[in-house]
Amino acid sequence: MVAVLPLALANNYTYEIAILVGLNAIVCVGLNLLIGYAGQISLGHAGFFGLGAYGSAILAARYGLSPLISLPVCVAAVAAIAWIVGKPILRLKGHYLAMATLGLGIIVSVVLATEDRITGGPDGMSVPAVRIAEWVVAGEATWYWIVGGALVLTVWLAQNLIDSPRGRAWRALHGSEVAAAAAGIDPARHKLAAFVISAALAAFAGALAAHYSGFITPSKASFLHSIELVTMVVFGGMASTFGAVVGAAVLTTLPQLLTVFKEYEMVLLGAVMMLTMIFMPRGLVPTLEGLYAAARRKSE
Amino acid sequence: MLLRAENLSKRFGGVHAVRAVGLEIAAGAVHSIIGPNGAGKTTLLNMLSGIYRPDEGSIVFNASSLTGRQPHEFAAAGIARTFQNLQVFMNMSALENVMAGAWLHEACGLAAAALRLPRLARAELKAREEARALLEFVGLARWVEAPSDRLPYGALKRLEIARALAARPKLLLLDEPAAGLNPAETKEVDELIRRIAARGITVVLVEHNMKLVMEVSQHIVVLEQGCKLAEGDAAAVSADARVIEAYLGCST
Repeated sequence: MVAVLPLALANNYTYEIAILVGLNAIVCVGLNLLIGYAGQISLGHAGFFGLGAYGSAILAARYGLSPLISLPVCVAAVAAIAWIVGKPILRLKGHYLAMATLGLGIIVSVVLATEDRITGGPDGMSVPAVRIAEWVVAGEATWYWIVGGALVLTVWLAQNLIDSPRGRAWRALHGSEVAAAAAGIDPARHKLAAFVISAALAAFAGALAAHYSGFITPSKASFLHSIELVTMVVFGGMASTFGAVVGAAVLTTLPQLLTVFKEYEMVLLGAVMMLTMIFMPRGLVPTLEGLYAAARRKSE
Repeated sequence: MLLRAENLSKRFGGVHAVRAVGLEIAAGAVHSIIGPNGAGKTTLLNMLSGIYRPDEGSIVFNASSLTGRQPHEFAAAGIARTFQNLQVFMNMSALENVMAGAWLHEACGLAAAALRLPRLARAELKAREEARALLEFVGLARWVEAPSDRLPYGALKRLEIARALAARPKLLLLDEPAAGLNPAETKEVDELIRRIAARGITVVLVEHNMKLVMEVSQHIVVLEQGCKLAEGDAAAVSADARVIEAYLGCST
């Protein structure tokens, strides 16, 4: 699908939307491992996205590191931060992670906005173009293939994890934590793994976003963006990797098409969340799959 | 002695659910814990599987101490269990439930899982076959691929047993496996417990159905109001005057 899409993309603007969809989809596929499979909520994933974006941008802009180095360094650093934050919290039962990540996300966006000597403050900072030897990586089409490739890779890795004993352990925890523990699955350890992986993917997408757009602002790390990401996962379908991609695609494209509603974006987001919860609590893709399966049973 | 628990006590606020109960579980037999409602049977079972941490007392299993450990550490030591109020993974198929139960034997690294290394793919195939065999063993062959929320109640009870067996336990704790079953289904559970014991797995059964308890168990512990009232084989326990009084409430 990633390969066919360029045929339909007429100009740079549509390419740009496709790239934004791809970046959000990478975050959502990771976030879905945490929300849909391990059954935990994070309200601070935009914070990890922002840390990845600014981290890689600062390393490249101020220290002259090649993005090929700064990107993996940032992803590893964000994974370490997530591990440090998650380790004590995930020993507790319940949704303490939501609270902690909410706080962390806010701290990140405040720091990014106020440390203006390093980050450029609320006005943002520019990011140097990616150079690999003599080749300057630029242009919508080039970045489309980079982000598309990264998304395909992410989906492949996530699908492999889900189909492995690891993925079953996550789903078991979601199904019944006490029964999972009685089967020898350590709840704290597995929730932490899902949290760290999802944070690393958010940072990965953030770093790609920074180098693609060449300019970043703290709004990408805001609480609002965190909520957008969670809404994408819930709308697309929890515990469905394809659903996470669809959710990201619909909710990234919709505001671009409905620019008249720009001021009501938050209201729109809230309405989508509410209607999803009321009419299809499992999310778009799982609900459609269920309807399809039921229709097939009927016709047999 | 496979499991030795000494002086186990558990309080919930002002309620002394279990007080100073000692328990010795010999390997290779079916043991039952019986007692009137509220006697502390399930609380005791929850302590033996690590779900409750005892306020006092110690648990030694297979010559190593498990006192104060987490539930997953009890499982890793070789204790598996089922639940009185079903705890089936309703978000998974019957087969996946059993495969999840086998986690201890197919744990894999994150990298191996994410890259789906050939070694893991082969192990998955084997795990699938083993889970299928266990579902057949408990009599659920026709439900293998079914989503577990489509299974009838009696089948869910047996699915929990299959999932517990997948962990290849030395000790299997069954919390009221026959509760809510009709006589025909109870008879199947009776026969299933015998076949599990024949595999060399030690079974501890908490059950209200006296016919089932008396038929399958070699050793019976009677609890009343959190204390151990009596223990022994079926004949000794059913002849014990204190046990009869606790159950029938008559005084002579």
